Amino acid sequence: MFKLLTRKIPISSILATTFSVLLSFSTSVFAGELLVYSSTDADNLKYYMEEFQKDNPDIKVNVVRESTGTMAAKMMAEKDNPQADFLFEMAATVALNMEAEGMFYEYTPKGMDKIDQRYVDKSAPVTWVGNYGWAGCICWNRIEAENLGLPKPKTWAELANPIYKGHISMPNPASSGTGYLDVSSWIQIMGKEKAWKYMDALHKNVAVYTHSGSKPCKQAGSGEFAIGISWPGRAIKIIKAGAPIDMIIPEEGIGWEMQVVAIMSGTDNLPDAKRLMDWTLGRGMSLFGERQSIIADPSKITKDPDLPDFYDEVQAKLINNNFVWAAANKTRIVGEWKQRYDGKTEPKK
Amino acid sequence: MLASYILFFLLFLVFPLGTLIMKSVQDQKGNFVGLKNYLLYLQEPALFQSFFNSLFIAIASTIIVVLLAFSFAYALTRTCIPFKGFFRVIALIPLLSPSILAAIALVYWFGNKGILKALLFGNSIYGPIGIIFASVYWTFPHALMILSTSLSLSDSRLYEAAEVLKTSRLRAFLTITIPGARYGIISTSFVIFTLVFTDFGVPKVIGGNYNMLATDIYKEVVGMQNFQMGAVISLVLLLPSLIAFFIDQYSRKKQISLLTSRSVVFKPKKSFAVDSLMLSYCAFITLIILLMIGMAQFGALVKYWPYDLSFTLKHYQFEVAGLGWESFYNSIRLAFYTAIFGTVIIFVGSYIVEKLRSDERLRGILQLFTLMPMSVPGLVLGLAYIFYFNAEDNPINFIYATMTILVINTIVHFYTVSHLTGVTALKQMDKEFESVSLSLKIPLYKMFWKVTLPVCLPTIFDISIYLFVNAMTTVSGVIFLYTYNTTLASVSAIHLDEQGDVAAAAAMAMLIVYVSVLVRIIHTVFTKGVLRRTQAWRQNSLTVVEEVRKA
Repeated sequence: MFKLLTRKIPISSILATTFSVLLSFSTSVFAGELLVYSSTDADNLKYYMEEFQKDNPDIKVNVVRESTGTMAAKMMAEKDNPQADFLFEMAATVALNMEAEGMFYEYTPKGMDKIDQRYVDKSAPVTWVGNYGWAGCICWNRIEAENLGLPKPKTWAELANPIYKGHISMPNPASSGTGYLDVSSWIQIMGKEKAWKYMDALHKNVAVYTHSGSKPCKQAGSGEFAIGISWPGRAIKIIKAGAPIDMIIPEEGIGWEMQVVAIMSGTDNLPDAKRLMDWTLGRGMSLFGERQSIIADPSKITKDPDLPDFYDEVQAKLINNNFVWAAANKTRIVGEWKQRYDGKTEPKK
Repeated sequence: MLASYILFFLLFLVFPLGTLIMKSVQDQKGNFVGLKNYLLYLQEPALFQSFFNSLFIAIASTIIVVLLAFSFAYALTRTCIPFKGFFRVIALIPLLSPSILAAIALVYWFGNKGILKALLFGNSIYGPIGIIFASVYWTFPHALMILSTSLSLSDSRLYEAAEVLKTSRLRAFLTITIPGARYGIISTSFVIFTLVFTDFGVPKVIGGNYNMLATDIYKEVVGMQNFQMGAVISLVLLLPSLIAFFIDQYSRKKQISLLTSRSVVFKPKKSFAVDSLMLSYCAFITLIILLMIGMAQFGALVKYWPYDLSFTLKHYQFEVAGLGWESFYNSIRLAFYTAIFGTVIIFVGSYIVEKLRSDERLRGILQLFTLMPMSVPGLVLGLAYIFYFNAEDNPINFIYATMTILVINTIVHFYTVSHLTGVTALKQMDKEFESVSLSLKIPLYKMFWKVTLPVCLPTIFDISIYLFVNAMTTVSGVIFLYTYNTTLASVSAIHLDEQGDVAAAAAMAMLIVYVSVLVRIIHTVFTKGVLRRTQAWRQNSLTVVEEVRKA
């Protein structure tokens, strides 16, 4: 039977059938649901969104999560016909560019007056609000350091010591938000000239520049390189997984970056998007306090029993970061960084 | 027919890419700025360095892969070694594994804490050595697929003649085998060159500070969201496919059909020296592949590499948003659809290019289109799809953010190798078949069903499995296109690695490998029966024409 059938069918009709079946897989997205884009950690994201749905059982939240750069590129490319209703946590320096492109809907959430004013959009009209943040830190592998006889650094400046040559990995500021956070904070802490001089020296010690901000800490955790310039959230996770890592918060202070939420302009579910935005400053904030160490309302922090001093230590070292400056000058600073260091590709001896 | 393929490529390749490449002559606001971005790009300090690095890596990897894969394909098709089925399955493994798996395994073997670090004599795995090793590893099955197709069809009579003339085996190899496989070798070289030249997965994870063009695009697009500069670099990356196109045009003129209507299928003869040499060679290659995959599996089963090597299964509990088992099922769906629809579209396409009489210019255009996908990095293709299909005035924008767009993107992304495989198989069938059918007034489609399709069945099965496993592992294109209900396992593995769960990433990657191996085995068992019936002519000495007459 099959033979009879197939042998009478011209090739063109196979193609026609193939295409019509293929196109029929398209199903449209339902209105009344909330499509949320996010670039925060996947495990935390799942927890927050589940809790939000428990508080708001009538809203169905659909989530797409990508790393900061990939998500930003996707959103910028979708700019003319935005898909998402809501942006749940995106690095501020990236989000500021989106704001400039008119990608966010104007809305002032409830509870903006109760939070640390550094997390507030000061330019009217308000389009975004910061929820929590992350900072720079050093991941230090105790075992490898001892084997190599390396002294434990306390400051960023010490990392320029030739003794660390070939033992440091650091995120590339051209491809990693954490990398740019470090570079822009060094310029703010040390001043322009000194910072570039410092990076000249540091560059001689760096074994690899990675394309992800978490990777250096992972590499430190598995002993690939004794020192990884990374961020505390990742360090804590790796320490808890069993790595022989100490987290060092350098004395000069650490650059930090906040994660912001915003309603996407063009959303077809404005009421629910507003509820989510309000929620982040309400019950959401106490959930962030359980899992984050840098949050917009510090009174909601629940200290991690394993790391009791960690919260105060980080808070004390956060620099007064100028996000607007950092966002506006990113192309220029990264350009200079590439000019100085990216062209040199010889592996370090 | 030809026109419908041209339309397919215009819609799903040329127009999307055009939308993206338009950005290379615009500023961030979308105003026309002429060649300003190109001039800016020429001032980039790392440009020439990146270009030559890419060139060096691609050429070195190509030479190594073609030599390794040709020998392997030769052993599988022209000698009497045992365990051919086993070698075939193992050699496919690199294709079954997401690129992150090779990176994890390489670092575990050769990294600063690696067991075999001493083999690098003080060189670092993070750089050209690592990139070439990983590139050779992942492109090996691609080369093997085309080369074994071109070696498996050959005319026994040529070798009989050589034997009668007392030609040495080496001479026969140099004067019959190599020229016969020439088309396959040339296409393989260009496929591998372009794959390595445009790949950013490997240099991204193992490249260290070694800049290449593909990672430059990544930095511009993902690091800086600078689409304009990304478009400029992707245009540079398209150059190799243009060169490949012209060389292919040239070499196809010289190709002679190996399988004429009077051919007798070649059956290898036993030779102790050759067979044992080839057996140990295949065993060696297989061992390397197993060591790579074994290390990744080991990494997924220990508590914390390298400090706590006790056994655990906890890395298989994927408890994070969108990274769990649902993405795994989505991947399987994507792979099935891609295999089924892709095989039909691609094989019929290669038949049209190769066998139907048509306007030469249109055929030329279609051929250029079929070679293009290979030199478009997945990242570029994915972004281009956003710009093109998400536009409100695009009549087919309803496919955006659906399974359909993932399937089409994957088919287009992996079009070239499958197409070349199809063409290589079809080329080896004499045009005389078509002439005979025409003179006997048998409609062409009947000829297609009765002769072409059965003869090419092994190749068609190869194409479908190739598409299946690539759809399981692909990341770079689909990472921009999936949505909340179409998350994929390969993307999850990347996310798990990003958030520090290297072991969980390895676990997810190994799941992908096992599914693909399982499907491959089912596929082999399932197709064995079909092949036995349709390929019977390969087993006896009936000439092909007699076979056709019988049917």
